[in-house]
Amino acid sequence: MRKIAVCCLILFLALAFSAFPAFAASKEVVVVTSFPKELFETYKKAFEVKHPGIKVVINQKPTPAGVTYIRETRAKPDADIFWVSAVDAFQALKSEGLLEKYTLPKEIAARIPSKIGAFPIHDPDGTYFGFAVSGYGLMWNKPYMAAHRLSPPREWTDLTDPKYYGHLVISAPSRSGTTHLTIEVILQAYGWEKGWALLLNAGGNMGTITERSFGVPEAVITGQYGAGVVIDFFGLSAIASGHPIDFAYPSMTSVVPASVGIIKNAPNPENARAFVNYLLSEDGQMVLFSPDIGRLPVIPDLYAKGPKDYPNPFVMKLGGITFNEKLSSDRRLIVNSLYDHIITFRHAELKAAWGAIYKAEEAIGKARAAGKDVSAAMKAVGEARKLATTVPIDGKRAADKELNKAFKEKPDVKSRLETEWDSFAKANYAKAKELAERALAAVR
Amino acid sequence: MAALLSILAAFILYPLARVLYVAFAGEGGPTLSHLFAFFRRPLFREALYNSLLAGFLAVVFGSLIGLPLAYFTVKYDFKGKIVLQTLGVLPLVIPPFVGAVAFQLILGRSGMVNLLLLQYLGTTVPFMEGLPGVVLVQTLHYFPFIMLNAAASLTNIDPSLEEMAQNLGSYGFRLFRKVTLPLMMPGYIAGALLVFIRVIDDLGTPLMLNYTKLLAPQAYLRITTVGIDDVDGYVVCVILVILSLVSLWIARKYLSLSEYATVQRGASGSSISKKIGGLKLFIVLGISILILGISLLPHLGIALLSFSKVWSFSMLPTAYTWGNYDEILFRTPHFVKNTLLYSLLAASIDVLLGAIIAFLLIRGRVFGRNLLDAITTMPLAIPGVVLAVGYLRVFYGWNFPGIGKPLTATWFILVIAYSMRRLPYTVRACYAAMQQIHISLEEAALNLGASRRRTFLKITLPLMFGGLIAGGLISFVTSSVELSSTIMLVPKMEFGPLSYGIYIYMQSAIGRGPGAALGVVAIGLVAVGTYLIHRIFGGRTGSAFRV
Repeated sequence: MRKIAVCCLILFLALAFSAFPAFAASKEVVVVTSFPKELFETYKKAFEVKHPGIKVVINQKPTPAGVTYIRETRAKPDADIFWVSAVDAFQALKSEGLLEKYTLPKEIAARIPSKIGAFPIHDPDGTYFGFAVSGYGLMWNKPYMAAHRLSPPREWTDLTDPKYYGHLVISAPSRSGTTHLTIEVILQAYGWEKGWALLLNAGGNMGTITERSFGVPEAVITGQYGAGVVIDFFGLSAIASGHPIDFAYPSMTSVVPASVGIIKNAPNPENARAFVNYLLSEDGQMVLFSPDIGRLPVIPDLYAKGPKDYPNPFVMKLGGITFNEKLSSDRRLIVNSLYDHIITFRHAELKAAWGAIYKAEEAIGKARAAGKDVSAAMKAVGEARKLATTVPIDGKRAADKELNKAFKEKPDVKSRLETEWDSFAKANYAKAKELAERALAAVR
Repeated sequence: MAALLSILAAFILYPLARVLYVAFAGEGGPTLSHLFAFFRRPLFREALYNSLLAGFLAVVFGSLIGLPLAYFTVKYDFKGKIVLQTLGVLPLVIPPFVGAVAFQLILGRSGMVNLLLLQYLGTTVPFMEGLPGVVLVQTLHYFPFIMLNAAASLTNIDPSLEEMAQNLGSYGFRLFRKVTLPLMMPGYIAGALLVFIRVIDDLGTPLMLNYTKLLAPQAYLRITTVGIDDVDGYVVCVILVILSLVSLWIARKYLSLSEYATVQRGASGSSISKKIGGLKLFIVLGISILILGISLLPHLGIALLSFSKVWSFSMLPTAYTWGNYDEILFRTPHFVKNTLLYSLLAASIDVLLGAIIAFLLIRGRVFGRNLLDAITTMPLAIPGVVLAVGYLRVFYGWNFPGIGKPLTATWFILVIAYSMRRLPYTVRACYAAMQQIHISLEEAALNLGASRRRTFLKITLPLMFGGLIAGGLISFVTSSVELSSTIMLVPKMEFGPLSYGIYIYMQSAIGRGPGAALGVVAIGLVAVGTYLIHRIFGGRTGSAFRV
């Protein structure tokens, strides 16, 4: 007994000492990031070669946790750099005064255009800077699509096709800043009512709605679902790693910057500035081309030096819409919560309703071919479709400044609206399902 | 007592209060209106119902799996028993996110099982969808809690009681129902309660199955959304805490109805496990292998994935490699080392605190016993994120005496978080073990002139050793795969434990292999640890869970 205890103690102490790293590094730069290992490891190495003596300390957290961390540690920050994809997160930190203002050196700033499509690359107030751009698109699993005899979806509108019922996957916009922008592109391209109709119909086709943005590529790579709405580098890096995946940008896509910012009162401000400069320099930008990173540089001339057939967002035909960034960020909280309450949290009901609608429509088609009278059933299915594509709040009200402010600051207002949307969705989808089932019974 | 309470207050109560007061903050003063609003929302009512249902079903199915295994491994003696006991703990250590991928690879829509079914029967079964999927995964994940605790309890039953019943003509199932089952109740209830509370609080499973109509994910999603302080998230946390406390209280009431202590602990010296052979052995082994086989399927998936280079929509990987192990063992070895250190430290703290607390709860006459009980149970119901945010609020920004920097800047904050989050397990396990020690044994020592302290050290502690080991083991095992508070609290990557490494790897297609390899190491560590404990204490008693 005693021997064992002594052995344990020795083992324990040995571990304790070996796990204490030396705190000798006098110069470091502490980076809070949500990026995957391939990306930050590559940059860490490259930066440390370029700036010998400065050690890059990585603190990897999911974006929301990163924001909370910086918020909670504001009294005495120990991180220098915040480095994530979602612009939302930077806006949240900026509005709370947690980001330091910085002016890029001229030779760096001159090579980067101010906008990509309609989207500003850097924060106009100089608190965060785009270092890479990414577009949203669709990735699909080739063997899965072949096994289910499906052609890959190419456009957002394809997502409403009944043949994809249960084969698609998306992440909730409240969990993923980039999905939120895709949702906004759809809403702005098709208008509030039609946009939501598309989203609700596509929502009914989703096999699942993931709570992590990398849940989508994971589901498609493993072949749990056939096709997913993802940011391009998920698709590009999956292809680079040898998985049977393909990726395409729809004609109406949003291209958004992933950014980097310096934290206010950072402990190592000089190193932080060096890090930002490095990311935006030609050397730093070239790193983005490596296959396991697969992101798009913000310096347009570099694409000439990049791999062949690499997507170039600066020459791609983008959107076909003028993206209203202000509208998007003004109504962000309401749009995200609305999506959650009528799609994510009611996904089972929504999916059941659309399943019933598709079944009824198929039966109606057959009955019509057999020469039966289908007008009553058609009417019922039409009503069901209407119920399953109606959004509980109009576009004007959703963008209302006062309402958005109240939604953010007054828990009662938020709670009341969410309850309203939730009840609305629940009742509508149940009714839609019932109507569709009645229509099906009528033509049988 | 005072020292104990102040530790608990500093590391559980105060951080929790700093976060939860949000749920009661209104304009101009504290209010209950948010709490009332909870019950008016259909979404939350359904989430509450689903959480309760999931907890209940997981306990029922978990008992169906865990009780026979506990009974077999304690009551029967056969070759390979120790392997069975070791394997029985493994389902607990499916690391989050790897578990997600592994379960999907085996049981998912296009998993191994469904691809097989499709090939031979032309149909698939949606194992992993909706609430049934959540219950399935949680049952397979948490049943060892029931098994471990029931086994610890079973071994503590005085064999003479069963012998008496047998002498009086009671055999077989009647013997089990009338004598053995009631006697093993304390351990079983403790295990079932753990499963129930764990399932209600479980975040990983619903998130990996994308099923959000449960309380824990509702709280998590609302608290971690960027740019908004969602009061409802904190209200859900309050509800979670209340639920756990109420279920604990009910179990306590139920247990206090009868006397479970066995007087002649260890006195009879006769072995309680029977050697079996022939048909009976065949049946026992058959059932055990079937149960464990199913619950270990995801581990098989992880193992395969850790050697795979490409695995996509096929029954087995299409390209294999050793590279994943090269990556994690030689390029990033600190993940493994940190995990060992943190989990061992946390488990030791837990065992120490757990034994003292259990002693105070059962034998103590001190004021505030119920309070102590309530506080030590609370961490079960505190979502990791909430505790982590509480720690950041309390310990950040001022230098902790003695270390010259904030506690949150050191890795020790992780050890504290783990030990506090897992403390209820060790307390429960110690409590169940001690409940079976009749007070007369201690009274005898006291009568013979031993001091209270000496009695505790010489009589109580050795008698509850099995419970301590079981509790420490559960703490170690679950800490080593803890993720939710880890993500928030890791000060920098070099301090990250295994679970954090897995999380980082699993985010990209290329990292899936190394992530799975880390998962295999985690499982391996726990398996070796469990096996060693069985071996070390097995020489004397046959099993660690038998005193």
